Amino acid sequence: MTLSISLSVNGESLNVPLEDTRTTLLDLLREHIGLTGTKKGCDRGQCGACTVLLDGKRINACLTLAASVDGTDVTTIEGLAQGDTLHPVQAAFIEHDGFQCGYCTTGQIMSAVGLLSEGDAGADPERIREGMSGNICRCAAYPGITAAVLDAERRQSESEGTSV
Amino acid sequence: MPDTLQTPAGHVRLGSNSGQPMTRRDGIAKVTGTATYAADNRPDRLAHAVFASAGIARGRVVSLNVEAAKSHPEVIEVITPDNRPALHLDPDGKSHPFSWRIEALQDNTVRYAGQPIALVVAETLEAATEGARLLAPEYDTDPARIGFENGEAYDPPAVGIGGNPSFSKGDFDTGFSNSEHRIGASVDTPAQYHNAMEPHAIVAEWSGDHLTIDTPNQAIHLARGAFAGYFGIPPENVTLRSPFIGGGFGSKAILVGPQILAIMAARMVDRPVKLVLRRDQMFGPVQHRGATRQKLRIGTDGNGLIKALEHEATASTSSFDDFIEGAGNASLNMYASPAIVARHSAVRVDTGTPGPMRAPGEASGSAALEIAIDKAAEAVGMDPLEFRLRNYAETDPASGKPFSAKSLRECYELAAQKFGWSDRPLAPGQMRDENGMLVGWGMGSALFPAPMFAAQARATLRRDGTALVETSGADMGQGAWTALAQIAADGVGLPVDRIEFMSGTTDQPDAGVAGGSGHTASAGGALFEAGSNAVQKLADLATADPESPLFGAGNTGVEAREGRLFRADDESRSESYADILERAGLERIDAMGSGGRDPANTEARAMFSHGAVFAEVKIDPDLFQIRVSRLIGAFAAGRIINPHLAKSQLTGGMIWGIGFALHEEGIHDLRSGRPLNADLAGYHVPVNADAPHVEALLVDEDDPYVNALGIKGVGEIGITGSVGAIANAVWHATGKRISSYPIHIDALLS
Ligand code: FES
Ligand code: FES
Repeated sequence: MTLSISLSVNGESLNVPLEDTRTTLLDLLREHIGLTGTKKGCDRGQCGACTVLLDGKRINACLTLAASVDGTDVTTIEGLAQGDTLHPVQAAFIEHDGFQCGYCTTGQIMSAVGLLSEGDAGADPERIREGMSGNICRCAAYPGITAAVLDAERRQSESEGTSV
Repeated sequence: MPDTLQTPAGHVRLGSNSGQPMTRRDGIAKVTGTATYAADNRPDRLAHAVFASAGIARGRVVSLNVEAAKSHPEVIEVITPDNRPALHLDPDGKSHPFSWRIEALQDNTVRYAGQPIALVVAETLEAATEGARLLAPEYDTDPARIGFENGEAYDPPAVGIGGNPSFSKGDFDTGFSNSEHRIGASVDTPAQYHNAMEPHAIVAEWSGDHLTIDTPNQAIHLARGAFAGYFGIPPENVTLRSPFIGGGFGSKAILVGPQILAIMAARMVDRPVKLVLRRDQMFGPVQHRGATRQKLRIGTDGNGLIKALEHEATASTSSFDDFIEGAGNASLNMYASPAIVARHSAVRVDTGTPGPMRAPGEASGSAALEIAIDKAAEAVGMDPLEFRLRNYAETDPASGKPFSAKSLRECYELAAQKFGWSDRPLAPGQMRDENGMLVGWGMGSALFPAPMFAAQARATLRRDGTALVETSGADMGQGAWTALAQIAADGVGLPVDRIEFMSGTTDQPDAGVAGGSGHTASAGGALFEAGSNAVQKLADLATADPESPLFGAGNTGVEAREGRLFRADDESRSESYADILERAGLERIDAMGSGGRDPANTEARAMFSHGAVFAEVKIDPDLFQIRVSRLIGAFAAGRIINPHLAKSQLTGGMIWGIGFALHEEGIHDLRSGRPLNADLAGYHVPVNADAPHVEALLVDEDDPYVNALGIKGVGEIGITGSVGAIANAVWHATGKRISSYPIHIDALLS
């Protein structure tokens, strides 16, 4: 019997047949839906390369069974920019050289977006570093990553300030 | 004083593109997830392959439950030594210095834990994974030989790739015994695993006798030849695409067994096959940095001048192939000494074969040398920086040759000043921070050779005023696509946004190896020359054409800039590339170029990048947890093409130094020979919180000999110096000298 799940991915409602109940959300995105921007670095929750937002919260897609995301709202790196306009976190990563090989980068960016919306780290670099430590970057672009997240945080709080 | 000093260097005049801190040209692709890595490819009819890994370190596979695997739904094929097709080349052969002996299911022998012993191909990844598990291998097991004590010792004929295993100058014994101060240091370094974030991956597809491969690779044309060799087809029949590499660090330069297995499987099932290693499979068949056991002795006179320096290193390699860390050779080029000895021995153990990993030889050797140098300074009662300056090598200590350029003194000065080194108390254990943490300051000197590889490139000037530049370069994060495009733009005399830069596949001319920190120099040199040659052809056209304002200028009488040729003696007379081509009735004009170094300079000079790294550690006085609170380095590496990206390379290397000093250690069970920590929770690499303040400063350096562009590399040097600096800072905080890496809490508790 083939199950199917309904979920929203980057704002688009999908109904996906789930041929194999062992399939993770990560493999569902990459191999079935064809969204390969989310990466697999370890497949066991130890590197953060597969970070996506599930109902707005950052999670490891490799630790999430596809069968469990029925009815949820998933945002991946492909859904972050508005057309040609980059999300402020994406733009900040380019500006501050927050990556080298780029393999961990999509996960870093999704994690940063999640961190900023959690709102716990504020503009404290130490808390940002801690909050981003679930995302390994073997190229060790950490100084740039921290600078990028700080910068995006600053821009975000400024724009929130003006909109109030 | 600015952190970055930028003035032109080298004896070729580059244009305005080089030297700019441009952001990455592939930045948008990387932040939007559209950059395509090998495993992202999903051709039609794709099948997935998973290999079964040996669960013992030595012996034979006596049974595999192929039936169980085959009867699992959606499994297509199971490949074992019994049915694997013949290869054209012996996987145990070594056809050139960059080929390793690999496992391609040639027989049932197990040489290390994690070795591929069978391959399962299925419709889905899940089915292939389950199929591999169902094989349930049984073994005939021989005792594993793990560790220096249990392996088989031998004298290696070479270290690294073709490096000299022993060196001696002067009379060490006399020099040492006559020395006023004598110290010894023993330092062990463990096996380390590259662990690029992108696991090794391949998608292979046959079309008749033509093979298309998507796989990350640091040396595309070299790999093309090697793949063709194994399958008995001409190299032209192999298309290799490696547009993005998710980190290489040396592990993706040399062909490995799993790649051959996937290609074999694609032929057997007559479908495209994807094979992606699991993280635990990265701890066996895809190389690592071999463990070392090092011993140093240094003798100095009463004034702190080194009189004798000896560096012995034993390195581990596999039971069936040789890659020996040339750690002892790290002592040959750094400090002046009338007597220097370096010696290597090796031990065979039952692990996968090591290979080059970021700063091979240099990283492990420097990690030990810098501890020994610090001990020597301590014995004399001298500040570690003063001691290093006292023993500054004005010429290469090993060869006596002059350096092509050496700006280490400037590096010491700049980094020490930024760090605040002059406030350092000489004795250890003197500093505490406001939270009561023990604080220590240490330093190390950094050095890396400046090799070059043969490289080719093509430049095409087009009538629409743009240029196409091509070389098969590899961007694994160092920023090749950006820095090379900047150089290429200067070669053709165009702004970089009018350049179309094609790279990363076998369709382009051979850019050589992205390794040894020599890629920018090699491929960059080729691109620059190709561009200059194309411009030269254009100048020949214009100066011979009576209708051109440049007519009669002679082909050396023009200069290229911003897409125009100018008369050197009269700036008001110029013509655009487009107009010249148009009048000549040409759509385009192209030329080839090659990179390389004047052999006379190689003969006459010693060529290295240099640097100085200063570390601050904070250590909990009760728990001895160690934090690197500051790491500041200054580096001189010839002309810097893109300071923005160069700094990222350098800080990346320095953070690898933190990993080497405090975290990384591949542990094998002595009894079973299996890796005990084959994942990223057990094998620790630095995370963001481990690197709160890492800063790289650039010292401008004009090196007129290293190559026409004056470029050295920055990819590996950052790790050298940093490791020793951290160990020395730990001593300065606690008074404890460590004898093995990574530095564990228990080494400080004792
Ligand atoms: S792939 Fe999910 S955490 Fe590593
Ligand atoms: S950019 Fe290479 S792993 Fe982070």
